[in-house]
Amino acid sequence: MLFTATYIIYSVAVILYLVYFSSQNKQVRLAARRILTSAGLCHLGLLILRYVEAGHTPLTTHHDTVSFFALSMTGAFLAFRWRYKVKNFGTFVSVVILALMTVALFSSRNLYPLPPALQSSWLLVHASIAILANGFLALGFCGGVMYLIQDHELKKKRFTLFYHRLPSLESLDQLTQHCLSIGLPLLTLGIITGSLWAKQAWGSYWHWDPKETWSLITWFLYAGLLHQRLAIGWRGKRSAIMSVIGFLAVLFTLWGVNFLLPGVHTYVR
Amino acid sequence: MKKKKNSIWMFFASVKLALFVLFILAAASIIGTIVPQIGTFVPQDSILEHYKQFYGAILNGLGLHSAQATTVITKISDLLSFDDMYSSWWFNGLLGLLSINLIVCSIERLPDVWRLVVMDNHQTKISRLQSMRNTLELTSSDPAPQTTAALQQRLAAIGWPASQSSRDDGHLLFSQKTPWSRLGVYVVHLSILVIFAGAAVGFFYGQKGGINLPETLSSDKVYQYGSGDEIDLGFTIKCNWFTMTRYPNGAPKEYQSELVIIDNDKEVLTKVIEVNHPLSYKGWTFYQSSYESHKKYIISVANQTTDVQELFLAPIREPVRWQDEKLLFAITDLIPTTTPMIYQYKLMVADGKGGQQLLILDDNKQGTLIRPDGNAYDFQVKEFFSTGLQVAKDPGVWIVYIGCGLMLAGLGVAFFMSHRRLWLFISEKEGKTTILIAGTANKNKPGFEQEFAKINEALTQAQSIEVQK
Repeated sequence: MLFTATYIIYSVAVILYLVYFSSQNKQVRLAARRILTSAGLCHLGLLILRYVEAGHTPLTTHHDTVSFFALSMTGAFLAFRWRYKVKNFGTFVSVVILALMTVALFSSRNLYPLPPALQSSWLLVHASIAILANGFLALGFCGGVMYLIQDHELKKKRFTLFYHRLPSLESLDQLTQHCLSIGLPLLTLGIITGSLWAKQAWGSYWHWDPKETWSLITWFLYAGLLHQRLAIGWRGKRSAIMSVIGFLAVLFTLWGVNFLLPGVHTYVR
Repeated sequence: MKKKKNSIWMFFASVKLALFVLFILAAASIIGTIVPQIGTFVPQDSILEHYKQFYGAILNGLGLHSAQATTVITKISDLLSFDDMYSSWWFNGLLGLLSINLIVCSIERLPDVWRLVVMDNHQTKISRLQSMRNTLELTSSDPAPQTTAALQQRLAAIGWPASQSSRDDGHLLFSQKTPWSRLGVYVVHLSILVIFAGAAVGFFYGQKGGINLPETLSSDKVYQYGSGDEIDLGFTIKCNWFTMTRYPNGAPKEYQSELVIIDNDKEVLTKVIEVNHPLSYKGWTFYQSSYESHKKYIISVANQTTDVQELFLAPIREPVRWQDEKLLFAITDLIPTTTPMIYQYKLMVADGKGGQQLLILDDNKQGTLIRPDGNAYDFQVKEFFSTGLQVAKDPGVWIVYIGCGLMLAGLGVAFFMSHRRLWLFISEKEGKTTILIAGTANKNKPGFEQEFAKINEALTQAQSIEVQK
């Protein structure tokens, strides 16, 4: 019930953001932001109820994981916008949030009792940090996509729908950089807390389990991206492409590993 | 003493190499997640089978079916040990290359960065200040020395304590924040090396093994993973009991083993372990990892009056005799309960001369039976298990954790702190005091722009100072 309600509020926010995108009416943007904030608060309430219902940190099913991913994105975006007033960022972000919520909508909401390995307070710490990292990296992805669209518009020299609605390449580059500078430390913390937990539960801090390995692959990619920026000055397009590729690795860590590759994380249904 | 910059040195110091290694590592790691690895989670046989199927599928996909092609591919994958990739020579070679790259690049860059950390910023040329991104010119009606003193006080009040130097043409105030934050990225580099060092210590001095220890039995050996070689613990580990509980739907809820450490014939430690709660002794850690069922049952019987107790082990429908008490009993049936895999036990008790009695017992719960002769006995039945223990000794783990801590600290500094510098040059020109404010930050430049504006706002609040038009 509450999930459906939250979903509807998100949908309204997306519609308003799309209306704002085409009309550029400031009143509409304000309304869109308020609705998105309400959706986020509703979502937070949902999370708390789900915690009570499950009796443990509700991050062990596919539905809950993706739903929290969406909430992380909402939170990260709302925390960000005060400092970075990037034109029409909200439109792109809200569409991705709704896409995640749609995936959650269609996944089973059944709860399963916690298997022994997951009965630890690390579940809360590790899983929430790891998914929160995804939220920030997803914002970086949105920034990267906007950069590539804008770059494409500039190259075409035919300034149509997007050109006037997207911020400058420089501010998009800065935005992406900033998302990563929070996302990467969180990803690192996610991997480290996972290692500490793995040591406690399975006797070794690293197993080269597919989930671990893919999170490390993601880490390598983002570390590469940073060096590309910091040390070589390949800012701009290559960074944008890398932030998209990095995010694809994030998604593969989340979905590809669970559905295609067997390993110790497979009990997350 | 400048190091001779030969081309090999520069190659290992280059960021391009770092990028290359990072991307190759990322790509190579993928192989190991697709090709099944020899490991602890999947039995060896099924890996080999999977392995054959995997290459078969690739070959079919490529339209190659010949046995020759299979042999070639198998040889390549053997040479590159794709099935044990993360311990292969080439993957670890890549990690080694990354380490060399990290070391050489840090040695190459650190001296310059260090110079920036400790440099005397009072030597900065005024022309350089003027060309900085953040500058502001102010005038003051007070003479230069007073203005300088007032500004210094004000700077201190807003958290920018400044040092002063005088030169021919005026006074310079300089203040900076977190110059050492420039070192953050090198702390991250170091942390990776520390983690690698910890992993190496674990590899050379650590041991990993396991043992299936039947309840009530003990062992002073465990068996190494992979080879199955015996490892001497130097003490004895005993399993008093193992139990598992289940959720109403039959899913495992908890595995528990009571372990006893016996060292020099003395019981030194007793602890109930479960998943996530291991036991550590003398560098060894025992983890609850699995269990094995033997299709046998432990029947515990106690005479209530004499308090004599005995344990018996028996499969289903096999009669057991307790000679001293002249008792004959057997588990005749398992009765399913509402919880899948949890049973009640039907226990038939006799004395060989008739007098049969039936007792229904819940799993691992005590039940009392009064015999026709008046003696009362407590019976308890549970399934007989071996507890599956994972046993590990890793003296490198603390080094790895220190590396992780360093990495987090380094990342925090590298991403969230910047070296911010602020200069105020106060000079007198044609009887007027002018103030040049200049500032730089090595990171987060938009953030510093705002901070610079705030500082200026605070400085211009003094009555005698105004912004030069």
